[in-house]
Amino acid sequence: MREVAIIGIGMMKWGELWEKSLRDLAVEAALNCMADAGTDRIDSISIGCMSGGLFNGQEHLASMIPDYLGLKNTPAMRVESACASGGLAVRTAYMEIASGMADYALAIGVEKMTDVSGGEATYGLATAADQDYEAFNGINFPGLYALMAKAHMHRYGTTREQLADVAVKNHRNGNLNPNAQFPALMTREQVMSSVMVADPLRLMDCSPITDGAAALLLTTVEEAKRIGKHPLVVISGIGLATDTIALCQRKDILKCPAIEIAAQRAFKMAGKTIRDINFAEVHDCFTISEIMIMEALGIVEPGQGGPATSAGHTALDGKFPINTSGGLKSKGHPVGATGVAQIYEVVTQLRGTAGKRQLANAKVGLTQNMGGSGGSCVIHILEVKS
Amino acid sequence: MKVAKHWRETPERYRLEAGKCKKCGHINFPNRLICPECGAREFETIRLSGKGKLETYTVIHTAPDGFADLAPYAVGIVELQEGVKILAQITDCNPADLKIGDPLVTKFRRINEEGKTGMIMYGYKFVPDNGL
Repeated sequence: MREVAIIGIGMMKWGELWEKSLRDLAVEAALNCMADAGTDRIDSISIGCMSGGLFNGQEHLASMIPDYLGLKNTPAMRVESACASGGLAVRTAYMEIASGMADYALAIGVEKMTDVSGGEATYGLATAADQDYEAFNGINFPGLYALMAKAHMHRYGTTREQLADVAVKNHRNGNLNPNAQFPALMTREQVMSSVMVADPLRLMDCSPITDGAAALLLTTVEEAKRIGKHPLVVISGIGLATDTIALCQRKDILKCPAIEIAAQRAFKMAGKTIRDINFAEVHDCFTISEIMIMEALGIVEPGQGGPATSAGHTALDGKFPINTSGGLKSKGHPVGATGVAQIYEVVTQLRGTAGKRQLANAKVGLTQNMGGSGGSCVIHILEVKS
Repeated sequence: MKVAKHWRETPERYRLEAGKCKKCGHINFPNRLICPECGAREFETIRLSGKGKLETYTVIHTAPDGFADLAPYAVGIVELQEGVKILAQITDCNPADLKIGDPLVTKFRRINEEGKTGMIMYGYKFVPDNGL
């Protein structure tokens, strides 16, 4: 396989973008990406989008997006794995380059969620759960993660304050990110007094509904060196894994095999362990998610995610910074775009262009993007080469 | 109209029918065509007891469409005596009194309806198991 580099990144400020359509968002992110790369050569396009059908009544993005990008006739595909669709699009673009099928592959993640009501958006998201044996019984995603939170608190003594501290930290980071949807600072008390959604999770434990897109341009390391516009960032490991769609069918609902196995695969491919990673962007769709992901990735021991967060270990100046972008919680969660935007943030940090949120030691970064209640997970390891 | 869909799911929803793998004995609810434990493809149809212990639960305050009139309501994952775990609402109790480990049992209940003139859908909910 050929080695793969990321030479272009693009996104925009996320939010409730009333004036922008699904196609506008995808095209804007792609154009920003091509401008960043300094080239508009594209041999192949992979698009991560969870549900153009339910959120916009629009499928067939593999035709629409190249068309509106001025790239009709270009090979394109849309890939889907719920909230992990974006990460999957990057993996697909990676395979195009690594295999030699393409020399320049564009990965776009996009979701336009505010053209439907909040109830319809929640329904669309809930289709990532088991429709017949979970959603049928009146549960939604906040509810599924609340089941994990309650069990985590019961088994490990994780506290309501520790959950809140995940949101506080991510808003503190998002406050420094000009692309974040909700950059406002948040106190522990504000999180803990926000409206109850699914006990013990409150509104400020939940990632928001967001319009947004992000794009990456991938090519071979050789081509990236030849262009030489930015510091060389390579994808050194990728892991993809799946698990039961229904949470209740996991032997232990506090273990996330899809995350653990995807991580093992990515570490093996990169020849690294978690101790070689300097920082990570993880899928904090709910505050409890970030805590469980830290444990599944081996950043901390099981049960230590909450205490480590409250001790500041995952803050910008902590031992292992997590979600320097603000994460899904503050930056926003346009579901299909999230996995691409996580890599956008890691590349920004590796290039040393993250401004006020720049880490001092950003050499190797990891992204963790997952679908549903952990039914799918894709992990990327990225490195800057001197 | 989703009549065929509801008819298709009646054995699980009304009778808690599950598939017991003839090779390794693993019980699947709902049944599958391939046993996830051993890969075998032959199953014996059994009926679950519906009795088990509460593994975890939540109280839904912001309900999905079609469930708003019930909120706040409890939903839990229960491990049945047979070792199968299922997710369902928990009713006939004050959610504030629930504790992980509580004994619960399934009852046949109305779950939802498809609009004002659509089908009424039934299934299982858990209630406290007082041994009666």
